[in-house]
Amino acid sequence: MSSLTIRNLRKSFGSVEVLKGIDIEAKAGEFIALVGPSGCGKSTLLAMIAGLESVSEGEIRIGDRLVNSVAPKDRDIAMVFQSYALYPTMTVRENITFGMESRGVPRPQRDEAVKRVAALLQIEPLLGRKPGQLSGGQRQRVAMGRALVRDPKLFLFDEPLSNLDAKLRVDMRSEIKKLHHRVGKTTIYVTHDQVEAMTLASRIAVMHQGQVQQFDEPQAVYDRPANMFVAGFMGSPAMNFIQTEVGTDTDGRPAVSFKAAGGGTATLALHNGIAGQISTRNVILGIRPEHIFRYSPELKAAKPSIAKVEAPVEMVEPTGAETIGFMRFGDLEVVGRFDPDEAPRMGETITLGVDMSHACLFDPITKNLI
Amino acid sequence: MTDATIAAVHDREAAIAGRRHLASRTIIYALLTFFALIYLAPLVILVFNSFREQPEIAQNGLIAFPRSFQLSAWADAWSTYCIGGTCEGMRRNFLNSLWMAVPATVLSTALGALNGYVLSKWRFRGSETLFTLMLLGVFMPGQIALMPWAFILGKLGLTNSTYGLILVHVIQGISFTTLFCRNYYVSIPDDLIKAARIDGAGFWRIFRKIILPLSPPILIVTVIWQFTGIWNEYLFGVVFTSGREQPITAALVALTASGTNVRAYDVMSAAVLIGALPPLLVYFFGGKYFVRGLTQGAIK
Repeated sequence: MSSLTIRNLRKSFGSVEVLKGIDIEAKAGEFIALVGPSGCGKSTLLAMIAGLESVSEGEIRIGDRLVNSVAPKDRDIAMVFQSYALYPTMTVRENITFGMESRGVPRPQRDEAVKRVAALLQIEPLLGRKPGQLSGGQRQRVAMGRALVRDPKLFLFDEPLSNLDAKLRVDMRSEIKKLHHRVGKTTIYVTHDQVEAMTLASRIAVMHQGQVQQFDEPQAVYDRPANMFVAGFMGSPAMNFIQTEVGTDTDGRPAVSFKAAGGGTATLALHNGIAGQISTRNVILGIRPEHIFRYSPELKAAKPSIAKVEAPVEMVEPTGAETIGFMRFGDLEVVGRFDPDEAPRMGETITLGVDMSHACLFDPITKNLI
Repeated sequence: MTDATIAAVHDREAAIAGRRHLASRTIIYALLTFFALIYLAPLVILVFNSFREQPEIAQNGLIAFPRSFQLSAWADAWSTYCIGGTCEGMRRNFLNSLWMAVPATVLSTALGALNGYVLSKWRFRGSETLFTLMLLGVFMPGQIALMPWAFILGKLGLTNSTYGLILVHVIQGISFTTLFCRNYYVSIPDDLIKAARIDGAGFWRIFRKIILPLSPPILIVTVIWQFTGIWNEYLFGVVFTSGREQPITAALVALTASGTNVRAYDVMSAAVLIGALPPLLVYFFGGKYFVRGLTQGAIK
């Protein structure tokens, strides 16, 4: 059973179309992340699901009910805002019970619900305070409490962590994940942070320019991005894109070649199978930084899909856990993630191993995955 | 050694700057005091005269330091002095003004808050245009509306009545109160309204539970502004009412033209002060909120 169905949803503001036919379906209990750069329409989409924006075309169903023109309060949803939107003149307790009070829930039941949620989020000591007397993290908890106190069909989160500092964001992220695990409600979570999307979601909808570019499980989105936009957006540092020509290597196997640093040509043999699907002469080779490493014969022996290429190292950035290396491939700069123990040194010409089994090939015209 | 010389140079410069600062401060405060005295002089003279005895005023002149003391002028002005044939003092007109200014202030403020709420948080097609049109009222002098009001009050049968004046002041005041409230409410985050809508609150519940509790700063400003404006208003009062129905501003003028031979400056002074007292009191008690409210912008 699906708890949220969006079909061919469109939204225009005047002559500007901000959503151009969105199709998303969330199964009961799923955690869907809507991710994309700012201006991609993800927040508008969430506002439409909440009923705060009208629908220009298409349909939104919550459960089996068509809710296109149902008022927000009658959609059986709860929402956490980026700004938290806590009512400044009310105490935390009043903030949490405001919704129930509006709906005429009797007092004993309200008190019971507040007690339950306060325990769940560990905010009991804050119940008597006003939002102005809370820290950012505490406000965030209260905002979640206000959503959790009801038992809605759908939870909507609009970039709830983006106002927190880095450490707190990571803490709250895992807390949201635990919470979702415990509560098990269908959740739609808007974020521009691809790490949040990857860590939290059961499925990710990557949005760009008013369209869903890919809607799939996190690992699938990461490993097999539908197009170059998704490939570039998901993952940090971003995937390397190399313009290549299709051909064969010295052993006669299908391969891609590109201009190497010294002016010569570097050739990378393709992983089995994929060559048959290439219909163009040129393809764009996409390689994630973690699939580039220092070459060694032992590695090659263990993993035959590894191809070898030489490149001068232009810069290294140690981050502690790993060292990011910037190498020159012709006119391109290619980024690799190295184990600090075998990190390249600046100025060195390194022999790199590239794991071609993880390589993605993109059509240079359509930018889509081959 | 070098340190000492540098320090010495700086000390001298600092001393010069300090003297200059002191001089400019002195000039500023002298000027401010001077103008404050000019501004306060009429009030001081009135207060003095209201406690001086009439013969002494006649003898020493209107502007003089008091040599006598009496309280009777205040009592006379309040309840027995004769204006235009009736000898009831200012009491009735004072109550007229009160009975006009209080409801008109409350109503125009309430309507302004409601308008501001709609125009900032429930925008509709054309709401900005509507707001701009309402703003025209802020810049329109009251005289322009005099004839139309005469016509309307005549039709409604509200001439020479405090109710008529209440109506006039409520309508005339809506432009200002709407402007104040709308601009204040714009700074309340829209997310609060959205959250409340999802929480199941409707138009009125959001207004009562979320907007109004955030409103005291601007409501105090609006109330002070409206009350002083309506209380001090003269033109509509003198044109649309007469005699016993006049508000105190209009009656004060009748006082000077009441035609008796001897001018009772002591009673007149007391009467004028009675007329000026309510706005003064409002300012004394609410003034600090007024200044704070005008400068207060966003709500965090």
